[in-house]
Amino acid sequence: MTVGGLLPVAVLLLDAATGQLGANPIQRATLQTGLLTLALLVLSLACTPLRLLTGWTWPARIRKTLGLLAFGYAALHFLIYLFDHGFDLSLMTEDVLERPFITAGFTALLLLVPLALTSTPRAVKRLGFQRWTRLHQLAYVAVSLGALHYYWGVKKDHTQPLIYAAVIAGLFLIRLARRAPNRRPGRTRPRTAAPD
Amino acid sequence: MSEHPTSPDRTDPDPGERRILTPGSPNPRREFLRSAALFTATAGALGGGLELLTRRPGGPGAAEAQGAAFTRPARPLGPYDTSEAVTPYAQATSYNNFYEFGLDKGDPARLAGSLKTRPWTVRIDGEVRKPMTVDIDTLQGWFPLEDRVYRMRCVEGWSMVMPWLGFPLAALIRRLEPTSKAKYVQFTALLDPKQFPGQRQAVLKWPYVEGLRLDEALHPLAFMAVGLDGRVLPGQNGAPLRLAVPWKYGFKSIKSVVRITLTEKQPQTTWALAAPQEYGFYANVNPAVPHPRWSQATERRIGELGRRKTLPFNGYAEQVAGLYNGMDLRRYF
Repeated sequence: MTVGGLLPVAVLLLDAATGQLGANPIQRATLQTGLLTLALLVLSLACTPLRLLTGWTWPARIRKTLGLLAFGYAALHFLIYLFDHGFDLSLMTEDVLERPFITAGFTALLLLVPLALTSTPRAVKRLGFQRWTRLHQLAYVAVSLGALHYYWGVKKDHTQPLIYAAVIAGLFLIRLARRAPNRRPGRTRPRTAAPD
Repeated sequence: MSEHPTSPDRTDPDPGERRILTPGSPNPRREFLRSAALFTATAGALGGGLELLTRRPGGPGAAEAQGAAFTRPARPLGPYDTSEAVTPYAQATSYNNFYEFGLDKGDPARLAGSLKTRPWTVRIDGEVRKPMTVDIDTLQGWFPLEDRVYRMRCVEGWSMVMPWLGFPLAALIRRLEPTSKAKYVQFTALLDPKQFPGQRQAVLKWPYVEGLRLDEALHPLAFMAVGLDGRVLPGQNGAPLRLAVPWKYGFKSIKSVVRITLTEKQPQTTWALAAPQEYGFYANVNPAVPHPRWSQATERRIGELGRRKTLPFNGYAEQVAGLYNGMDLRRYF
């Protein structure tokens, strides 16, 4: 799994070494690591819906690896961005504060940090499964911000970002739909309750 | 993977790295091979899938475009040339935004073979005394060809140095004899989905239209290019006739022009129609006015790893800033 997930890095490095990255190698490396982050996040989020739909158990076992790979690529993507801006933190701060495009991407990265830090079985125990699960629902916020970041980063053709957004929305809906009937009757909120 | 037997206590997330030591396992060697095969298959499937999903062609640069050479003596740099290092021809002809061919920067070089640049005529009409349709060879024969080494800054934040070959737009406009009503120059690119596969999708409103105010068009920097680096202009760079207005973002410099119309009203230009809040009619390079989604303060010169500061009017402020006296360039971006 991990080896497979890191294969694109190897290809990227090989391409860079042999001058195959085209006229704008930094831009291409930025785009590819960003896409890898998004694709891996979507794959990691697909695990639970896939298990719910099929009853298979293997998706649950590869979820963590996919999530950590996604974080790795997000960090790499960010490092390339920093390199691109000469590690000038004031430029970065300006970008984060003033450009919604960067704000979304940066926030997504920040949200992934606690998820990566709490990926160990020990962290699950320490937090308690309920709280750990709630924390890791942030992955949906992160991936949505990631898709928005991608959408905003594209000059014109939004087909690809919209495909990602649709897949993310689909995965989210499967979870919601699957969760609703599992609630015990006593726990469901009365219909007359004020919306919150 | 689902058919692989799992025991409830197994927490190893990676089936490929597993050693299966079930007591009843008949043949450890077979099990090892099976694990190795699973490992390779998983790694290959995930890695290959990710690569397929996220790889974007960058390419080593298209094969050298096979343009015939213009034979002209070398000449010293003129007052409008930059002495900055010229972008290598292979990169200038393989990294192009030319949505008529496709959205990817490699598409134009890959598909430019479908563009037929001879015969090619240019329609000249609107507020001119003698509207006409003229063959490209006749048109370029009207003027002595000049070299111009111009910086080119794309709105996306990258730049190149392009050694154009062509003639000043002002010379053409004067020859067209504009009437007193002419205030703007509108350029229209070829519309032909057979030659321009990108036009089969309504990504932009085709044909591509660009325009300049008449005084901008008459500025000595505004240039019509028919060649690049001493060779006939390659299709991906806008053959056979394109505009080069170096103080504006690259999208203003329309490619593969088939019609030049002098107008009284400001033309409805393609990118200003597509996203008016992001791309204005003027599109002057301005580091102080960010694109709504990214900064314009810096740019990457193609061939360099770092970024350099973007200069007002792409470094041509001394020559062109006067054209915009009294205009609020935040509003007229």
